[in-house]
Amino acid sequence: MNMTEIKLKHIHDARTNSRLEDLYRQMRRVRTFEERVGELFVRGQSAGSMLHLSIGEESAAVGVCSAMKEGDSFTTHHRGHGIFLSRGANPNLMMAEIAGKETGYCKGKGGSMHIADMGLGHLGANAIVGGGIPAVVGAGLAAKRGKTGAISVAFFGDGAMQQGILYESMNMAALWDLPVLFVCINNQYGMGTRIDQATKATNLHERAIALGLNGISVDGLNVETVQETAQKLTDDARVGKPGFLAVSCYRFFGHARMDKSPYRSEEEETEGRKRDPVLFARDNIIKEGVSDEVLDIIDQSISDEMDSAIDFAISSSPPPLSSMFRDVYGPNEPEPEPVQTRINRILARE
Amino acid sequence: MVELTYRDALRQALYDAMIEDESIFIIGEEVGRYGGAYGVTKGLIDKFGPERLLDTPISEPAIIGTAIGAAMSGLRPVAELMYVDFIGMTMDQLGNQAAKIRYMFGGQIGVPLVLRTQGGAGRSAGAQHSQSLEAFIMHTPGLRLAMPATVSDAYHLLRQSLTKPDPVVFIEHKSLYSLKEDVDLSIEPLPWGKAAVRRHGSDIVIVTYSRQLQFVMQAAQALSKQNIEATVIDLRTLNPLDFDTIRKEVEKVGKVLVVSEAVLTSGVASELSARISEECFDYLTDPVVRVAGEDCPISVSADLEAGSIPSPKVIEETAKRLVM
Ligand SMILES: Cc1ncc(C[n+]2csc(CCOP(=O)(O)OP(=O)(O)O)c2C)c(N)n1
Ligand SMILES: [Mg+2]
Repeated sequence: MNMTEIKLKHIHDARTNSRLEDLYRQMRRVRTFEERVGELFVRGQSAGSMLHLSIGEESAAVGVCSAMKEGDSFTTHHRGHGIFLSRGANPNLMMAEIAGKETGYCKGKGGSMHIADMGLGHLGANAIVGGGIPAVVGAGLAAKRGKTGAISVAFFGDGAMQQGILYESMNMAALWDLPVLFVCINNQYGMGTRIDQATKATNLHERAIALGLNGISVDGLNVETVQETAQKLTDDARVGKPGFLAVSCYRFFGHARMDKSPYRSEEEETEGRKRDPVLFARDNIIKEGVSDEVLDIIDQSISDEMDSAIDFAISSSPPPLSSMFRDVYGPNEPEPEPVQTRINRILARE
Repeated sequence: MVELTYRDALRQALYDAMIEDESIFIIGEEVGRYGGAYGVTKGLIDKFGPERLLDTPISEPAIIGTAIGAAMSGLRPVAELMYVDFIGMTMDQLGNQAAKIRYMFGGQIGVPLVLRTQGGAGRSAGAQHSQSLEAFIMHTPGLRLAMPATVSDAYHLLRQSLTKPDPVVFIEHKSLYSLKEDVDLSIEPLPWGKAAVRRHGSDIVIVTYSRQLQFVMQAAQALSKQNIEATVIDLRTLNPLDFDTIRKEVEKVGKVLVVSEAVLTSGVASELSARISEECFDYLTDPVVRVAGEDCPISVSADLEAGSIPSPKVIEETAKRLVM
């Protein structure tokens, strides 16, 4: 059965909660994509080791992104694969970028931490904690001026809650009634630092309320709750009342692929991984009468999709050396002179 | 002699200094329980406890600012900035505060902090985690700047930094952490601010620092097989800058290559080249040539990354052309 057939079958199945099933499907895509990224790394085929997987955080990406509209823009942190995918990214181009290949979204120059597609409103993933936050204030300003009806959403981790730039940005968004939403994916850790080791003020949304934004914290276990909450906040943002949403979840694995999380206990991890938004959604769908078999078919088709993404990435070429100076500046602008050319010029003179 | 890595040597320096001087403490992200993003401070919390290994939130400007206040209040902080790429976030605290406090306040007080950080390419860490930003520091009077290239210097320069009256920015190289050497740390080190002549030769002088020393030494060996002998100067500290050693060697040879990983334009290599050209003009037989990083950001893709910084081959070829 292909995807269209599955969809058709369910339209005819009265008991199917098609919204939940769609959210499930999207979360499964994120999960499987991330698992494949992990495999790419193990096989030595990713560019570098700085791969931050969002396994365990799928409901935040999918819940919020499904409350966004075409034309909305967003920025993400370094753990943003899932968010990007949920906003419609092509997994082939993502995987190629993560592998540092020319066919990737950023021609192999950015990699996992700097992936983006401006066409999808992705104003950029960021390797600087908090670095992408203020851009949504600017995007919100532009949307307001242009009366586009779009909002701009900043996604970041709990670690960024202790960066001053977040407060400067939220303050301006509130002051100017901008169509902006700040989304903190609180996976409990910034590298090895648990949230309560980073702040006493762990009711994160209260900080936004203090600055005049809507502020809500939500448990990320149930993607439908996340989606509904995000919907309220994006609706408000769209009419000039900016918001803040903290989604609490658990980072299932290490900070990056090399990190084995020695700073937390196995029991804690086992407990944390029980808070699995993908399985939770799956169980709920099954309770509503959809069979395991149907869901397995969905999972399998996603698995195939991501396998082709891996194949695409591996069979692509890295960017050629000749592309080194491309895009340092705009098209038709003078390019920097390569060191070697310069040396040749100087030494030829003699 | 013991075999140590660059990383071990840094940890040993911190350990020894903290034993000797109770006012020293370490402050930064993941320095305590985690042991540092690159493992430099691993285990120190077991010995010195959380009071002297302060894990902080991700708040770079406040980390450096806190270190400044502590340094002005009788403590000796070692603040760790996980990547030198984040230095821009701290630049007000570093450039407007730490660097100027002694001067602005008429010499009443100094800011004896050490800011440990690491930079450089080599790990496909992408455009925001691979840069060499030492020129920002060197361009700011009031800040000292050390960049160790060897295991023994990792130890000694860090120990010496921790005795200085002024802020020292101490930039390690991420691709050197696993470098191993047999070292005898009891041997009297070169004084602070003195460059090391790592190799003597009569055909060309190559001036460098940090990881590029490894590449320059490889190039020098390859050149030697072709009967070209290079003098190699490792600057060790960029502020103070030991220009006397440079001058002495340049006057003997007259041909100079300056090698730096940082982007070419307005980099440390530019300053070195300008000074050599001005001060050793009468002794130069050729233009001072810079081999440096390309004037572009660093790609995550390994080939482009390697291609954007000097390689042993490019250093060798350029030296050869300069000598021939
Ligand atoms: C300004 C800055 N400081 C420090 C780092 C190093 N660093 C990268 S990710 C990270 C933890 C971030 O935690 P969080 O914001 O919660 O995101 P998560 O990794 O949990 O998704 C740190 C400290 C960085 N990249 N940028
Ligand atoms: Mg986190």
